[in-house]
Amino acid sequence: MLSILRTIWLTFRHFFRKKVTVQYPEEKIKLPARWRGRIILSRDPDGEERCVACYLCAVACPVGCISLQAGEDEYGRRYPEFFRINFSRCIYCGFCEDACPTYAIQLIPDFEMAEYDRRNMVYEKEFLLVDGQGKYQGYNFYRISGLAIRGKNKGQAENENPPVDIKSLLP
Amino acid sequence: MSAPLQTIFIIAGVLAVVLSIAAGLVWAERRLLGFWQERYGPNRSGPFGLLQVVADTIKLFFKEDWIPPLADKAIFSAAPGIIVCTALLGFAVIPFSPGIFVVDLNIGLLFFLAMSSLGVYSIVLGAWASNNKYALLGGLRGAAQMISYEVFMGLSLMGVVMLAGSFSLREIVLAQRKIWFVLPQFVGFIIFFIAGIAETRRLPFDLPEAENELVAGFHAEYSAVKFVLYYIGEYLGITLISALTVTLFFGGWLGPGFLPPPVWFFLKTAVFIVFFILLRASLARPRYDQLMGFGWKVLLPLALLNLLVTGAVALLMR
Repeated sequence: MLSILRTIWLTFRHFFRKKVTVQYPEEKIKLPARWRGRIILSRDPDGEERCVACYLCAVACPVGCISLQAGEDEYGRRYPEFFRINFSRCIYCGFCEDACPTYAIQLIPDFEMAEYDRRNMVYEKEFLLVDGQGKYQGYNFYRISGLAIRGKNKGQAENENPPVDIKSLLP
Repeated sequence: MSAPLQTIFIIAGVLAVVLSIAAGLVWAERRLLGFWQERYGPNRSGPFGLLQVVADTIKLFFKEDWIPPLADKAIFSAAPGIIVCTALLGFAVIPFSPGIFVVDLNIGLLFFLAMSSLGVYSIVLGAWASNNKYALLGGLRGAAQMISYEVFMGLSLMGVVMLAGSFSLREIVLAQRKIWFVLPQFVGFIIFFIAGIAETRRLPFDLPEAENELVAGFHAEYSAVKFVLYYIGEYLGITLISALTVTLFFGGWLGPGFLPPPVWFFLKTAVFIVFFILLRASLARPRYDQLMGFGWKVLLPLALLNLLVTGAVALLMR
């Protein structure tokens, strides 16, 4: 009997405790920096698209929500002709970010993506592409790789030796 | 104003107030439970979430009113009304202040006991007419629980009747001008309150519902408006038991003069309603045999003993 009264008193005292509820739209919690939220496509420091349309993200995606079509400009630089993510399927696992060889696809701490229309959940490239570099600053795939494209020939990449002339005997 | 007109006026007023309290309790209960579980409860719709009542009502009224094909349709439809009617009739004898009461029966207390006993028909008939095993089990439990707790609910009140010398609730309140009956009749108060919880089928004595064993017990098959009626009946029951506790043991409308009598009555009743909800927030449901054992082996002898001692003292005092 005494324990019952004590229980009632303890419950009553909870009235004055601090509430655990986060009043969400008015009050927001701080998300961790590595939160896996909305997916973006970032640009390199020169302002070009980082994505080289290698399809690795689409292959890695467990739910198959990424679809893209590779294209190539006249200088041999690859880019996605379209890049489409169906966020109504996406499970925010981050495998695409892991798979990406050029840091192009990234998950950012934003999860407020509710829509009234299901079709609005499909994001095209222009909605995915951001102007900044995202989480990985200063990385430029084409400046590191040995590929010759516009403004950079063979041997001009960072940490790359000039190409050896295999037809010559000179040292 | 002529007397019949005044009576009609009071009846309409009491109905409006009591029904709106019962509806408001839907919100109050969820809000208070939230606070006691360190949450906020419904606070979005309107000021303090008060419009939640409206939202819930609209939702429930637009739900499909489904009657099971194998149910006894007439009884199934009539059963929820019984509990609301009996609970509302119970309010007829309660004196809210010296001038505000629907009727001052000289057997007011017996009338209340009769009405709360009739409420069990609602449970049993609704459960039986549902033609559902869970509902039937809930109804059986409800019948056994309410009838056995009815026994010493009546007995525990006899001490009050002895002290006041009347069955009329108005006389009982007036007899408490010197001292509230909660002090001389403390045991009676405890027994009455426990029996009152059992009568309204509230936690911890909600065995007829017992949603984790019996789905929803006697109202498992009910939906929409009929379900609302059961709920309103339950909240009316809470209000009725609280009001009666106040009338019988806590001096009814009596109180220091700075507030008018109806306000005192309302405040005291509110305290007990909140206590009902607090009990729900804190206590676990006993097993069925524990409930029956507690009733027959502890509370009934205690009520009889209380009656005996009160009678003896009342005789000595005379």
